[in-house]
Amino acid sequence: MAEDVRMETKDLSVYYGKHPGVRGVSLPVHDREITALIGPSGCGKTTFLRALNRMHDLNPIVRVEGQVLLDGEDIYDPGVDPVLIRRRVGMVFQRPTPFPTMNIFENVVAGLRLAGVKDRKQLQQAAERALKMAALWDEVKDRLHQPAVGLSGGQQQRLSIARALAVEPEVLLMDEPTSALDPVSTQAIEDLLTRLKENVTIVIVTHNMQQAARVSDRTAFFLDGELIEFGRTEQVFTNPKDPRTEAYITGRFG
Amino acid sequence: MNLRRRYLRDRLMQLLVYLGTLVVLIPLFFILYYVFVQGIGALNWEFFTRPPAPPGEEGGGMLPAIVGSLIVDTLALFIAAVFGIAAGILLAEYPDHPLNPVLRLVSDVMAGLPAILMGLVAFVLVVQPMGHFSGLSGSVALALIMVPIIVRTTEGVLKLIPWEITEAGLALGLPRWRVILSLVLPAARGGIVTGLMLALARGAGEAAPLIFTAFGNPFLTFNPLEPMDTLPLKLYVYAISPYEDWHRQAWGAALLLAAAIMVTNYLARRAMRS
Amino acid sequence: MPNWLYQRLGDRLFAAVVVLLALGVVAAALAIVAVLYFGGREAFATFGFFGFVLGRVWDAVRGQFGAWPPLLGTLITSAAALSLAFFPALSTALFVVEFSSGRLRETVAYLIDLLAALPSVVYGLWGIFVLVPLVRDHLELPLFTWAAAHAPALLPILGPPTGIGLLSATLVLALMIVPYASALARDALELVPQSQREAMYALGATRWEVIRRVVIPYARAGIFSGVVLALARALGETMAVTMLIGNSVNLPYTLFGPASTMASLIANEFTEAEDDLHLSALIAVGFVLLLIALVTNLIATWMLRRMSHGEGRR
Ligand SMILES: Nc1ncnc2c1ncn2[C@@H]1O[C@H](COP(=O)(O)OP(=O)(O)O)[C@@H](O)[C@H]1O
Ligand SMILES: [Mg+2]
Repeated sequence: MAEDVRMETKDLSVYYGKHPGVRGVSLPVHDREITALIGPSGCGKTTFLRALNRMHDLNPIVRVEGQVLLDGEDIYDPGVDPVLIRRRVGMVFQRPTPFPTMNIFENVVAGLRLAGVKDRKQLQQAAERALKMAALWDEVKDRLHQPAVGLSGGQQQRLSIARALAVEPEVLLMDEPTSALDPVSTQAIEDLLTRLKENVTIVIVTHNMQQAARVSDRTAFFLDGELIEFGRTEQVFTNPKDPRTEAYITGRFG
Repeated sequence: MNLRRRYLRDRLMQLLVYLGTLVVLIPLFFILYYVFVQGIGALNWEFFTRPPAPPGEEGGGMLPAIVGSLIVDTLALFIAAVFGIAAGILLAEYPDHPLNPVLRLVSDVMAGLPAILMGLVAFVLVVQPMGHFSGLSGSVALALIMVPIIVRTTEGVLKLIPWEITEAGLALGLPRWRVILSLVLPAARGGIVTGLMLALARGAGEAAPLIFTAFGNPFLTFNPLEPMDTLPLKLYVYAISPYEDWHRQAWGAALLLAAAIMVTNYLARRAMRS
Repeated sequence: MPNWLYQRLGDRLFAAVVVLLALGVVAAALAIVAVLYFGGREAFATFGFFGFVLGRVWDAVRGQFGAWPPLLGTLITSAAALSLAFFPALSTALFVVEFSSGRLRETVAYLIDLLAALPSVVYGLWGIFVLVPLVRDHLELPLFTWAAAHAPALLPILGPPTGIGLLSATLVLALMIVPYASALARDALELVPQSQREAMYALGATRWEVIRRVVIPYARAGIFSGVVLALARALGETMAVTMLIGNSVNLPYTLFGPASTMASLIANEFTEAEDDLHLSALIAVGFVLLLIALVTNLIATWMLRRMSHGEGRR
């Protein structure tokens, strides 16, 4: 397991107007590992995650303070282009978001088209590779040119993952990617995560502690916008240092 | 990487959108500006209280047109409300009624028809049988314009009323008609009033269907069976007349009309919120 | 009162009244079609349906009625106004939904709604006293004098530079349908879920790429049906056009010169119609206008149904 830090936040705070969603979080994200963010609903997991690829830029009321380093460079530096950052740091949302006017193939290559890739062969190869990584290829290879909204919920979510993977991001942010899915689809996505981390650094938000324990290498526990505990997953789950972490993972609140 | 080109296009399109918006807003702003500046000078005591002066003479006012507008529009709204609200109730409260698909299609299509056609219809159905022009025929024409608006908004708000209200009423042993009249309609009152206001604002500005129905009348009358003037109608006649003083008064009528419609729309929004 | 009377009879009675009144709405719609058809029958019988619609001469004195000149005028003004209005209207809608926020956004949206509600006669008044002199002095006269000196072949196309005519009417018509089309386009754009935009941004898209590849495609059904509805509005728009177009039914039309549309012809001649045939011909023009408006509206409805997709729509 590689030990170098790929991303790192330093004293990161995010405000919705005056209301702080995340307060003073410093957290390293290790290269080609899975980092899980856990904590009760409303504790700032989504807010933290969206700060990692400048998604908050889209909401004029949000203010971000502190630093987010990607390979040592602060992504909030004035000279840094958010479009490039999002290209390197991909995101998968809680609900599947297929583009309804595009077919399955066009959905997967949407990011590549942005980058100006026009070569048919290159697009096809990239789509096949991404769909295979997302464990969707076998199910859709015969209907790549049908509308993406015809897929089931689980398939749509794997399509969203394939779409994010097609641009070959260095880091993939996932916000409760299985919360809207059935157990079979959830299983498929968890299997896929463990395979993905050979190439990609993953930060995953989950409300499901078993899921965090099963798939992640490190776990961060959030409470009320603050980072309470961060460590190797086995340690956090078997031997938490903070009593609040212990209370949470033993199900005594939240 | 072609990122520079992509940003260039991004900026260029942003510039075009801004320009397009300005191209729209500048002339529209000038319309409002002229209506206000030219109109405010014409609005005086005489404007509101006097009948028109004979053609070519200075002075006179819009009293018959103001009164006529009030009568013709109110009457139209009343006619349209009776039919429109009933149709809205049928669509929302009796969703399986066989008439509904036809009703929905008909009111959608009616909403898109040119207003002047409603004038032709009222001419044939009311003016010809009566043998003369009348405020009432104008009201019928305007009612035809208002009805589809009322049907749509009524159906819309009634569907927003939670089904629990109906169930609670039925559980109390109230018959369906009492539930609709005493529980559902009052709960939807704000929305229904909004629909009526919007319909009124729409109808009150129309002149085309009134040219050959209400026709116009320089003398003050309160009898809708006689020809009547309305503000839009008078505005039209004055605007195309050769007299300068009438032009001045036309601007006054435009301001009054615009203000009335603004207020009605504002009240409609407020009613929606309550 | 016995309970069953209150319950059963009340329900029946109430339903009967509601259905009866609703039938009134349906009857009114049928009456529109019937009245215009039967009212125009004399003209259709005299000239034949296609003879009437395609007849090139409208001459009340000689009792000769062909609807082609006003029909042509309607098609020209509406098509031209719509092509002038489309991009500005879409721009304004995009500005409100995608490029502005807070106060500015609300103000522009409110202004657009206000102008969509402004009566046609007010646009006509402004057209006569503000736009016509402007168009005449700064557009038509310079073009005309230029053409007279350098390209006399153009003069028959340009026509007399009086300010009152096809050009002014079209410009005001365009101005009038912009707020309407823009409000409809805005409604469609506002239905696009934020999650769709975010998904595209997350792939590394610029704002314009998000708009071009996600927002507009998602809203296309609403935008296009809005365009068709704006066209329907332009086809039937009466007062402003009547006040500005010069009301001439004599072909050929010129760019600057007077012309007429179906609606303006009806508004202009109806109260002066002396004999039955003239009256019937005017109602027949109304029937043709009805047919065109019906088709346009049905196309808009059909588009909305066929091109819509997925969540967020009824
Ligand atoms: N768009 C928003 N506007 C205002 N406040 C928000 C917004 N999104 C989240 N918040 C607030 O920020 C805090 C953290 O929310 P979130 O990051 O969504 O938590 P989680 O993902 O852990 O459930 C909550 O108090 C929430 O109310
Ligand atoms: Mg969340």
